[in-house]
Amino acid sequence: MAEFTLRLRRYDPESGEPAYWDEHVIELEPHRSVLEGILQARARFDGSIGIRCSCRAAICGSCGVRINGEPGLACHTHLDKAVASSTDGVIEVEPMGNMPVIKDLIVDMEAVHWKKIRAVTPWLLAREPVPEREYVVPRETMVDITQSMACIQCGACVSDCLAMEVDDEFIGPAALAKAYRFVGDPRDAEQEARLRELAEDEHGLYTCTHCFKCVDACPKGVDPMGQIMRLRRIAGNDQKIDDRNNGHRHEEAFVKNIERNGVLHEADLLTDSFGGKLNPRALPELLASAPAVVTAMRRGKVTPAKALLHHHKAPKGVKAIFKEVEGHAERYELNLYVSGRDEDDAPPAGTEASA
Amino acid sequence: MKVAYWPGCVSRGFTPELHGSMAKVAPLLDIELIELDRGNCCGAGVIAEHNQELADTLNARTFALAQQTDGELMMNICSTCQGAQSECQERLDANGEYREHVNRTLAPEGLTYAKGLANKNFLWLLVEEVGLDALRARVTRPLSGLRVGPFYGCYIVRPRSRIGIDADHPRDRYLEQVIDALGGTVIDYAGSHKCCGFPIITMNKQASLTQAGRHLGDAVDAAADCLVTPCPLCHLNLDLQQPLAERVVGRELKMPVLHLPQLVGLALGLEPKELGMNRHVVRPSSVIDWSTTVVAAAATATAD
Repeated sequence: MAEFTLRLRRYDPESGEPAYWDEHVIELEPHRSVLEGILQARARFDGSIGIRCSCRAAICGSCGVRINGEPGLACHTHLDKAVASSTDGVIEVEPMGNMPVIKDLIVDMEAVHWKKIRAVTPWLLAREPVPEREYVVPRETMVDITQSMACIQCGACVSDCLAMEVDDEFIGPAALAKAYRFVGDPRDAEQEARLRELAEDEHGLYTCTHCFKCVDACPKGVDPMGQIMRLRRIAGNDQKIDDRNNGHRHEEAFVKNIERNGVLHEADLLTDSFGGKLNPRALPELLASAPAVVTAMRRGKVTPAKALLHHHKAPKGVKAIFKEVEGHAERYELNLYVSGRDEDDAPPAGTEASA
Repeated sequence: MKVAYWPGCVSRGFTPELHGSMAKVAPLLDIELIELDRGNCCGAGVIAEHNQELADTLNARTFALAQQTDGELMMNICSTCQGAQSECQERLDANGEYREHVNRTLAPEGLTYAKGLANKNFLWLLVEEVGLDALRARVTRPLSGLRVGPFYGCYIVRPRSRIGIDADHPRDRYLEQVIDALGGTVIDYAGSHKCCGFPIITMNKQASLTQAGRHLGDAVDAAADCLVTPCPLCHLNLDLQQPLAERVVGRELKMPVLHLPQLVGLALGLEPKELGMNRHVVRPSSVIDWSTTVVAAAATATAD
């Protein structure tokens, strides 16, 4: 047995009082979970502490919280590990972010998370004709989508999504990972329609900023951002969906820019991402950027010559790579989740969940 | 030490002061830069969302060029290069068959990537190769009284396992350690490890500039004199776009943002102008005033 101090964020919207911190000293073996610590505090000291939980085994996804500022499952975090990650020896537990607090550590998953999950039609829209027996699908494809199927809907990725922090309408990492579960499923009939809807949504596929927060937040290794990038490759490169958010245009402009120059020529990228200098769509955007560009020129950051002339041409080797790789009949993609790692590259036993 | 040096694209494009200040600072730290001038763009995560194999092959090419030099390791000066290259390297190193496949594409140019290249951002090199004590010993003008907020850029701090953050390598605390070693005051504020918003500036401008504006505002509220970043793309959204970000968040910000080599150079005795600070959109007046005061104080002390 050891003593641990928990600092819990308490808040009851109905009371009219502001949120406050509450500390309790609990006694448990160090390998027990933060959840067990909270439940002990509730049983011994204060029956009004609000926490949602059910399975206590990282399966039901009910006890998502922030521990020392990082999102995770209270039942899946050992007390000794939690103390090690705290700054002052006290385990700090808060409700998840980006969702309204119902009470103490319980957030309103319905208002945010579930609403967004439902928005992506989270069920299979069967491809016709439905076979008499089973669909025959490649093993790799199904293993690939089991990664997003591993989601337990705990909301940890939603809690810490940095795009959602500034755009609460953003569809978010959990819903997009769920969307890939069906877009990547060869039995689904509506791949194109699903992608088009997400790509055209002003708060959809192209609002993810690549911040990797969801990758670290997920307790089940779903890699939501990895699934978002798969959706973008299929929507942009494979299906050529020309979305209103400049998502595909930006991707195309970037790729062409590097094929031409080898290194990025920013002045071209800006205009090409909006469809090119002569595109009517580009004009308002370019005008809006004009003050920044003028200041940059005044400071000698950019010279008119540098903005207009291309001094750097892509080396032959770079052009050859584009020709070879883009020339493949089918886009080839190594998925480490499916292929695994070479044995000599595997992390030492005990550092990762050994499967 | 000798390093194969990948400056990235933006440091030679819209933030030339970054490349310039790195060139000035390197000799003061006994770092010899072998510039990979035939290298190519890392893809910044965008090529990978077009075609992953293309991004992997392009980066394998730059890695192979680095391995042809006699540099001890490869060094970059851009968080985004670090993250995008680390992602490609993870796949290349994890699967021998894939590596061979990619190397076949590189073969006509006479290049091969051999597994296990060490590729470190200047920030990591400062702490892990130069060392904080050695850095401290080289400081000729401690940043005493200068209040500096760290701004990392997502690509250099996440995902933790790929970036190699562990108890022995707290790479998500290195900026704080470096600011401290240079004699500055570390400013703790909410945005230090968050996203600058740059990747979505053409797709969701409102969200992008709200991110930049909010972090800058938090730094203002924490009374920072300036921010420092190892990422030129963050610099674009935090400095070049700051006037637009001010409009989006509806407050004056005027927060100077320095590139990491500029901050190091200042402490190693270089002048703000030599470090290209006159090229920023937001004039680093607080930093220039600070350096003027320090120089004046030193002159008075010598005269006494």
